[in-house]
Amino acid sequence: MSFPDYQNIFTQVQVQGTPEMGMDDAGNNMMEERVGKPFFNTLAGLFGNGQIGPYYWGWTTTVALGTGLAWFVIVGFNMLAQVGWSIPQFIRQLFWLALEPPSPEYGLTMPPLQDGGWYIIASFFLLISVMTWLLRAYLLAEQHKMGKHIFWGFAAAVWLFLVLGLFRPILMGSWSEAVPYGIFPHLDWTTAFSIRYGNLYYNPFHCLSIVFLYGSVLLFCMHGGTILAVTRYGGDRELEQIYDRGTATERAALFWRWTMGFNATMEGIHRWAWWFAVLTPITGGIGILLTGTVVDNWFIWAQEHHFAPMYDGSYGYADYGSYEAFIGKEN
Amino acid sequence: MLPKWFDKWNADNPTNIFGPAILVGALGSAVFAAVVIVGIGNPLQTTSMQTGPRGTGMHVSEFNVARFAPDPTIEEYYTEEPYVPEGGEDLAKDIYQNVQVLGDLTEDNFNRVMTAVTQWVAPEEGCAYCHGDVDLEEYGNDDLYTKVVARRMIQMTQNINENWDGHVNANGEVGVNCYTCHRGQNVPSEIWFNITPVTKATEGWASLQNRATSLSQSTSLPSNALEIYLTEYEAVNVHDLESRVEGVPNDEDVASIQKTEMTFSLMNYFSNSLGVNCVFCHNSRAFYDPEQVTPQWSTALMGRQMVIEMNQEYLIPLETEYPAERLGPVYADAPKAACKTCHKGYQQPMQGMNAIADWPELATTEAPVYE
Repeated sequence: MSFPDYQNIFTQVQVQGTPEMGMDDAGNNMMEERVGKPFFNTLAGLFGNGQIGPYYWGWTTTVALGTGLAWFVIVGFNMLAQVGWSIPQFIRQLFWLALEPPSPEYGLTMPPLQDGGWYIIASFFLLISVMTWLLRAYLLAEQHKMGKHIFWGFAAAVWLFLVLGLFRPILMGSWSEAVPYGIFPHLDWTTAFSIRYGNLYYNPFHCLSIVFLYGSVLLFCMHGGTILAVTRYGGDRELEQIYDRGTATERAALFWRWTMGFNATMEGIHRWAWWFAVLTPITGGIGILLTGTVVDNWFIWAQEHHFAPMYDGSYGYADYGSYEAFIGKEN
Repeated sequence: MLPKWFDKWNADNPTNIFGPAILVGALGSAVFAAVVIVGIGNPLQTTSMQTGPRGTGMHVSEFNVARFAPDPTIEEYYTEEPYVPEGGEDLAKDIYQNVQVLGDLTEDNFNRVMTAVTQWVAPEEGCAYCHGDVDLEEYGNDDLYTKVVARRMIQMTQNINENWDGHVNANGEVGVNCYTCHRGQNVPSEIWFNITPVTKATEGWASLQNRATSLSQSTSLPSNALEIYLTEYEAVNVHDLESRVEGVPNDEDVASIQKTEMTFSLMNYFSNSLGVNCVFCHNSRAFYDPEQVTPQWSTALMGRQMVIEMNQEYLIPLETEYPAERLGPVYADAPKAACKTCHKGYQQPMQGMNAIADWPELATTEAPVYE
């Protein structure tokens, strides 16, 4: 017997009625900051809350959106200029195009506009935009009298962003070390970065970052799966379960304790998830920051620290047969 | 055309059939594709051969459908055994006018080589492609650029076989002759010209890359790798050989990310030229380490030196000889060679067929040795 109605990846219950506008009880003008007439969307309700809006604008949106748009437009128009202002070529080559950082000879000076100058200007706007958005996460939490966990979580990502585009280029003495703004070009940068510094996989902080990234994925799946599995006993009311443990929590805890001898708690699992997520960019950022500044060849560094084993066996065809035989050119 | 009751019924019962039709079509196609793949097998299935220590993933793989398929140009290859001289024959330089390169050949062998060169390079145009539509007595003239270039190309071929033995005969005698590049065409495929900068709107590093060009192999990597690394002896390696080295990216001996991308672009070209992956030569965990490479790594290293010499000594100096239509589209530079001009996507040109077995005349810059 299956329960297709229950085993659904979408939210099963939607409430649609008078839109909720939020509190306005502090005697201030908070309502004025909320823009957009709220409405309900059934499709959105399948994935989250069906109510769309209102949106808290505030001065942070003005600044972050304005500077973010400036970055976006500078990047876009630079790409457009590179294809001679041809829209079809712009669409065709979009994934290849990029706004590149300056050539290496300019160091930390301001380069000509056509050789990275626009990149510096765009990056300046992006910096303001991202930092303002970070501040927004803090201010909104403050207004809601919340903890600042989301702010710190986003700050961890911003740390990696700053390492890549600000801290490391300064320590390296060259803006040319920054990451280009382009789809394929930023991937070229990533590959070249690993190759240049003797294989980033031997960077222990890169290792840690991967552990936390994949660990985050695993934890998210374990937690999501556990909660959905005990929803029939009220387990989806996680906050209530934290201080008033019911059979849902008991069953979930027993499941994991009997599976692996240890279980998180209804509260603790969220600390696990938060730390794994936050440590991904924190450790990754440390790894990037050390590369080229403290360590220039991670493979050799790994050999010096005895964790790059040598493999037995010879290189080339000779010991494994012959290519001619492989393609049927001889017996 | 259709019966009236049918049209009437349709008019009375308007139905959107496009939605269901698209749905049924998409689902049907998916089912059909699935059945075909399950039925006949994965058309892209590969077979792999190990080429390095276990645990390193080093291997070469070929598509099953193409693994045993020979290079189609091998079938078109023209060859003829030499006439071993008995001594005392008149030589080409005594018989013909203006024979500068192949003068030590007997008349039979000289004509044999000339016939073969015609078959390899200008099978449709024939002798006239280089000698012009003139009487045999005037074949000594150097009126056409094709003849001047051909003479230099014979010298280049002899030089490659004689002095770059370590590359062209690295895995048994293979060598090169005209056909290795030309394959029956007047102008070999896979030649290249300078094209950078690729944008007008930018300068410096930004102007060299982020375009799908033939020289970037359709990637967003720099398009100047062949120009920099295959016409000059610029260092390709970018790694530091100690775990910590002083310096900032613009220093002479500190490779930048930009230089690394250029090396990456060159290596990608190598891979595509030979139809192989990085691990054909390298252990990818330590690209720089000459202790962890296959013998092909040294062969490729020597191949690069050979190509630089070919371009510097033979191909680029011919620039003044060519007519405009043979020169590059951007800079009117001479056509240049690189790995793919010979290899054409195969590990060995013509899959390792011996191209000098019948052609001792092309294997040495001195008088040929017949056996």
